[in-house]
Amino acid sequence: MWIGGGGKVLFPPCAAIASAVPILQKDKAVAGAYVIELDNLAYSYGGGELLSDISLRLTPGSFHFLTGPSGAGKTTFLKLCYGALVPTAGHAVLFGKDVRQMDRDEIAEIRRRVGVVHQDCQFLDHLSVAENIALPLMVSGRDVSAEDQNLKELIAWCGLTHRAEARPPELSGGERQRAALARAVIMSPDIILADEPTGNVDWEMSERLLSLLVELNRMGKTVMIATHDLGLIRAAKTRVQARVLRIAKRRLQLAGADL
Amino acid sequence: MKLLSPAVLLRGEPQADRVVPPTGFTARLTLFAAAAMTFLAVFALALSLATGRLASNWSEELARSSTLRISAPAEQVAAQTEAALQVLATTGGVARARALSREEQQALLEPWFGPDLPVDSLPIPQLIEIIEDAQGYDPDGLRLRLAAEVPGAVLDDHGRWRRPLVKAAGRIRALGLLSLLLIGGVMGAMITLAANSALAANGQVIAVLRLVGARDDFIARAFVRRFTFRAFWGAALGMFLGLAALLALPEAQAEGGFLTGLGLRGWHWIWPFFLPLVAAMVSFLATGAAARRMLRRLA
Ligand SMILES: Nc1ncnc2c1ncn2[C@@H]1O[C@H](COP(=O)(O)OP(=O)(O)O)[C@@H](O)[C@H]1O
Ligand SMILES: [Mg+2]
Repeated sequence: MWIGGGGKVLFPPCAAIASAVPILQKDKAVAGAYVIELDNLAYSYGGGELLSDISLRLTPGSFHFLTGPSGAGKTTFLKLCYGALVPTAGHAVLFGKDVRQMDRDEIAEIRRRVGVVHQDCQFLDHLSVAENIALPLMVSGRDVSAEDQNLKELIAWCGLTHRAEARPPELSGGERQRAALARAVIMSPDIILADEPTGNVDWEMSERLLSLLVELNRMGKTVMIATHDLGLIRAAKTRVQARVLRIAKRRLQLAGADL
Repeated sequence: MKLLSPAVLLRGEPQADRVVPPTGFTARLTLFAAAAMTFLAVFALALSLATGRLASNWSEELARSSTLRISAPAEQVAAQTEAALQVLATTGGVARARALSREEQQALLEPWFGPDLPVDSLPIPQLIEIIEDAQGYDPDGLRLRLAAEVPGAVLDDHGRWRRPLVKAAGRIRALGLLSLLLIGGVMGAMITLAANSALAANGQVIAVLRLVGARDDFIARAFVRRFTFRAFWGAALGMFLGLAALLALPEAQAEGGFLTGLGLRGWHWIWPFFLPLVAAMVSFLATGAAARRMLRRLA
């Protein structure tokens, strides 16, 4: 395998981290069958409804694509899935708890269980790439040093070892996306939401990112990728059993076999 | 949101401190505000302490007594003393009145005339010590009564002119304390402004921190700690400059009186050292409130 050059899957770090966080495991036990449950959900930014009547259940370990034309509401949909937005109607239940009943600390807790690769991967430019990747650990109050073996392995896994001490603005588009992915998975989240992860990277880099996401899925993580890149979806379908959802006319549809 | 505890503040969280980017402008503003305000506070403090000291010295002297001097031909002294004591006993505002003994009078004169002064053979006036009660007596009324009944009596209430001075000193002291409060308030306001502008300038940073699961109190702590330490070091700097300026004041001299007595004396030198702690506390409370408000607004 190409990752890290060592020919082995370098991902036990996250498993190790997970076992060090009993809270996550306890919650897993009571969370029920679905990671995310959307029930007749609707959302509007204040004007007309952008999303209407959406119901969806994500089972642990599933792999989803979310497509739709630009402006259809893919980013909005993902934000509803990690508690950044609260539905204007219906329910969004994350890990068994309705978003509407969560306070801000609980939302923060959810963010640690959902790895988000933001569309415009935001980093803290005054910190190194390694520190940015370790940021979720830092904000949860854990001591991390750049010498941490798990962190090093994770950085190697996404191929950023030689860039670990760089500042984020020095990274290329593909490197930024991989750094964002590494940051999204460092807390060993149950689900990874990636918003246009291949938005501005070349095909080879898209392939590489996809491989990382497929690998995470094989480790049992739920994955949802918002993209309008049909080539990426076709490439994924040869490696993983993926469902393709499409937002069209405010509704969520299951896209068919045309892909 | 949980209150930040000073213990957590002092222990420090290197991780949290790292995530907030260094902000040049607000850092300098906080440092400067704390230093300048503490510099001023040192003087307000010195003024309060010095006037407090003067007021208490003077009022002690006031409380001590006034004296009645009886200068009369030797054979009348005893009778007039008796009469004066009678008058004083019936004067409102006089707590006690007592004729000084020969020995006491001799002791009073000794510094001037030496121990061998033959008091008995000299026409030394008899002194009567008057101790006032809390209200004090009316000196003019007493003078009138004495003039009628004890022709040789002279009331010396030289201490009385100090009463308005004591009052003035008390006022100045209150003004000094008020200045301290105002200085603290202005410092709090300036540090709040600096913290607000730092928080506003770091909206993006806060968004990223929230994205990766930072709780509000973690973010607030990072800002509050930074501003608190800045205020502390700024105040420490201002305090040392203020103390240096006080040390450079001329020594207190009898002729200079009030003006040269403005410096700090004895254990009063301790007080300025509390100013940096107070500045840190003010900053801690001000930025804590600002951060909570700002984080709610950015939610
Ligand atoms: N914060 C916002 N306030 C108001 N309108 C928004 C906001 N964010 C997105 N929108 C609008 O919602 C629509 C869907 O946006 P988005 O979810 O980003 O779509 P997509 O990711 O599919 O391109 C767009 O028309 C966009 O202009
Ligand atoms: Mg989008």
